[in-house]
Amino acid sequence: MSAKKASPAPLASPIGASPPRIDAHEKVTGAVQYTDDIPFGPRLLFARIKRSPHPHARIVKIDASRARALPGVVAVVTGEDYPGYIGLYLQDRHIFCRDRVRYVGDPVAGVAAISETIAENALELIDVKYEVLPAVFDPEQGAKADAPLLHPKLEDYVVAPFIFPQNGTNISNHFKIRKGDPSEVWGICAAIVERKYTIPHIQHVPIEPHVAVALVEDSGKVTLWASSQSPFAQRNLIAKTLGISQSDLRVVAPAVGGGFGSKAGVSMEALAVAIALKTPGRPVKLRLTREEEFHTAFVRQGLIAYFKMGCAADGRLLAMENRYLWDGGAYTEYGVNVTRAAGYSSSGPYEVPNVHADSLCVYTNHPVGGPMRGFGMPEMHVGLEQCIDDLALQIGMDPVEFRRLNCLKTGSTLVTGSKMHPIGLPECIDQAAKAIGWGSKAAPSSPRKRRGKGIALMWKAPAMPPNAGSSAWVRLNEDATLTVGIGGQELGQGTFTVMAQMAAAALGVPMEWVRIATPLDTEYSPYEWQTVASRLTWSMGNAVVNAARDARGKILKVVAEAWNEAPEDLDIVNGNVISYKTEESLPMKDLVVYGLPRPDGKGWTGGPIVGDGNFMPTYVTGLDKETGQGERAVVHYTTGAQAVEVEVDLDTGRVTVLRGVAAFDVGRAINPGLVRGQMEGGFVQGLSTALFESLQLQEGVLQNPSFVDYRIATTADAPEQVEAIMVEVPQDDGPWGARGIGEHPMVPTIPAIANAIYDAVGIRLSSPPYSSEKVYLAMLEAGLVD
Amino acid sequence: MAQHTIQMTVNGEPAVAAVPSQMTLMECLRERLGLTGTKCGCAAGECGACTVILDGEPVNSCMVLAVECEGASVRTVEGLSRSGKLDPLQAAMITAGGVQCGFCTPGVLMTARALLDRNPHPTDAEISEALVGNLCRCTGYLPILEAVRSAATAS
Repeated sequence: MSAKKASPAPLASPIGASPPRIDAHEKVTGAVQYTDDIPFGPRLLFARIKRSPHPHARIVKIDASRARALPGVVAVVTGEDYPGYIGLYLQDRHIFCRDRVRYVGDPVAGVAAISETIAENALELIDVKYEVLPAVFDPEQGAKADAPLLHPKLEDYVVAPFIFPQNGTNISNHFKIRKGDPSEVWGICAAIVERKYTIPHIQHVPIEPHVAVALVEDSGKVTLWASSQSPFAQRNLIAKTLGISQSDLRVVAPAVGGGFGSKAGVSMEALAVAIALKTPGRPVKLRLTREEEFHTAFVRQGLIAYFKMGCAADGRLLAMENRYLWDGGAYTEYGVNVTRAAGYSSSGPYEVPNVHADSLCVYTNHPVGGPMRGFGMPEMHVGLEQCIDDLALQIGMDPVEFRRLNCLKTGSTLVTGSKMHPIGLPECIDQAAKAIGWGSKAAPSSPRKRRGKGIALMWKAPAMPPNAGSSAWVRLNEDATLTVGIGGQELGQGTFTVMAQMAAAALGVPMEWVRIATPLDTEYSPYEWQTVASRLTWSMGNAVVNAARDARGKILKVVAEAWNEAPEDLDIVNGNVISYKTEESLPMKDLVVYGLPRPDGKGWTGGPIVGDGNFMPTYVTGLDKETGQGERAVVHYTTGAQAVEVEVDLDTGRVTVLRGVAAFDVGRAINPGLVRGQMEGGFVQGLSTALFESLQLQEGVLQNPSFVDYRIATTADAPEQVEAIMVEVPQDDGPWGARGIGEHPMVPTIPAIANAIYDAVGIRLSSPPYSSEKVYLAMLEAGLVD
Repeated sequence: MAQHTIQMTVNGEPAVAAVPSQMTLMECLRERLGLTGTKCGCAAGECGACTVILDGEPVNSCMVLAVECEGASVRTVEGLSRSGKLDPLQAAMITAGGVQCGFCTPGVLMTARALLDRNPHPTDAEISEALVGNLCRCTGYLPILEAVRSAATAS
């Protein structure tokens, strides 16, 4: 035996440390490949899409003969070629429109040509005759019985069992909560607040626009390269729609230049595949222009929200009656589940004995609503957290104290009837209030400015099917470095780095030994449902830990056999297998590929080590269709609080966010540096939506599809500081107790800023963004300025 | 379509490319010279992802025609590190956490490099002003500003 005496001096665990991200070097040198950076050679074709100019119309006739005759055009595709439906939770759209168009931008035809310019020119030569139909631009109008019906075949659509379309209407999901009876307690409430809030559509604005390249081989095998959060979901949905096997559709997902939900599910990727099916042997590239990105990729749907809430004289919340009308847009295949999430979270992070809530997804002739960072929670919390503030002020209670009193605690009964798991929300409130200096007010920077502070809470659960799963593998290389296979995507949040930390810790090797297998490729990467819902640290993390432990078990078994010891007496420390019994030590590289000789010298044991693991939650139950009550609606909730200090300029109405505090219960921060990155970045994204962002839709036509007219936060808008506070109350089934934190930091930002504006100048605005103009006019109306 | 042959110095080395009249510098770098580190985020001069240093000035390379660059000196993100050694700005971006998805990073780096080349010790306000045209959706800018500050202090 070539073993040396053990000298185990374990390295500090990578869990809870903040090593630099493993993809940073290739990103600062420009070496990392995004989809549009991959060379496809001179046979590459370029696609452009003919889109509907009408919000709602019947397609009478499409004549593409002139386009097909244009030199350089290789194929023209229309809805006639693809009869199937596609969609994640509700299959309500075709790849290309067939009988009618439902929003301005709806794809009617696709052209593949030898250049982008020729493809663009060919679009002008496609003649489409429409019969314009009456349209719906408002979810309240759309929900009415006499509204024009946008999806007459709603009852025929394939739908997930937890989504409840109302046949014969534009309501594609109606989620209800009936817990207690608010009508019985309004009379005993010491204060009641009733308000309406309107939240505009916004867009994710990844700096990398959507891009997809598809190649169909003569054998029929399809390969799709896409800037994608969801290679496996895209494979599954596109394969099912086309009637091909998932095994014959390969999705390669290189680096992603920002997603925020817009690159989840399926959107333009199916167009690229559909066009490429008509150009076998030649790859087809489809890139969205920035203008297309603003309204033909997913958008964050609009919301009209009605709140009624009341509390007792001692401040206890007694009842809520909330009604959410979601402007789901032309297709709600993904958006129906935003509606559901808002329903089962409709009370906000509070214990309320009586709640009636209705969350309705309504078809409109607007861009397609879909998942965006927060998945309904930022929109819902805007009004909810302002009403909470109002209620506190009405009964003369400090808003922090009011929240502290009513917020969820461990064991609280949730709005769905289930019990709250261990939760650090009260501590988040305390820490956020302390860090912002709650109760004190600094002097403004000029006599014509006013300062204010605001706070808001949030909660959010991963919104997903109950059985969304993860898997992973760990392969040991000759030098005992390891390659970890995962199917979850690096969007910038740092998941590759966190998975490397977890694999290293679970196996017992230095983190520098871990490589993540990239790019994601459904042919080689293990299954992952989607990179959404802030679920990877928890779900994929569990799969990686299981795979690393599987590899570890296999390694120890080999050594135990070679050393005539029991595996329980062995361990892996710093990449060496050690025996606590004999103090022998063996570098892992001596066995992880070539095995070890048997102790009797007769033959060998072991072989190349590959570990695998998976994870799927098994405990989520359904909710009653009429009451929304059930044992366990979701896997867990991440909760937190944000506090801000703002300054409002009385002369211009300009709101400046001076500083922010973010305190979230992350369970366990695997990489605090990356968690801080989410908290800071999410805060500024939230700030941007609070002050600047709105898709201006007039009769369904987007008025501001550019960065000049749709402004997002720049360096000039960043606050001086965002303090990131990590509260750690462990998640029982999270790796090292971790739960997700990707989306949450932008959920409470709009109401925190709104509450601070109220604190500064005493005005309440019902609809973000809180632009200078809007704030100034409100101050004018309130008589604050003249 | 008229083709023009242009000669430039790119990252210190001579480069020759045949380009049509309407081709932008961004397209020329990416499609003719294989320098895909320069990114396209809007093709309208609004997001800054395609920023390169053209004769010492940071420009949106999607707003410059390649034919205008005859004889010019161009520096891209690929030319920042020398002999495998990272530019202090690149190192600071890693340390400060200024990189998330990475798509804005090349443009941010080139804008910041141009700033420090002409003003090695900028104030916080000068850093913020220089980078106001480089949109980032991930980081909230704070770690980017910190990275530039620390690279300036270190040099």
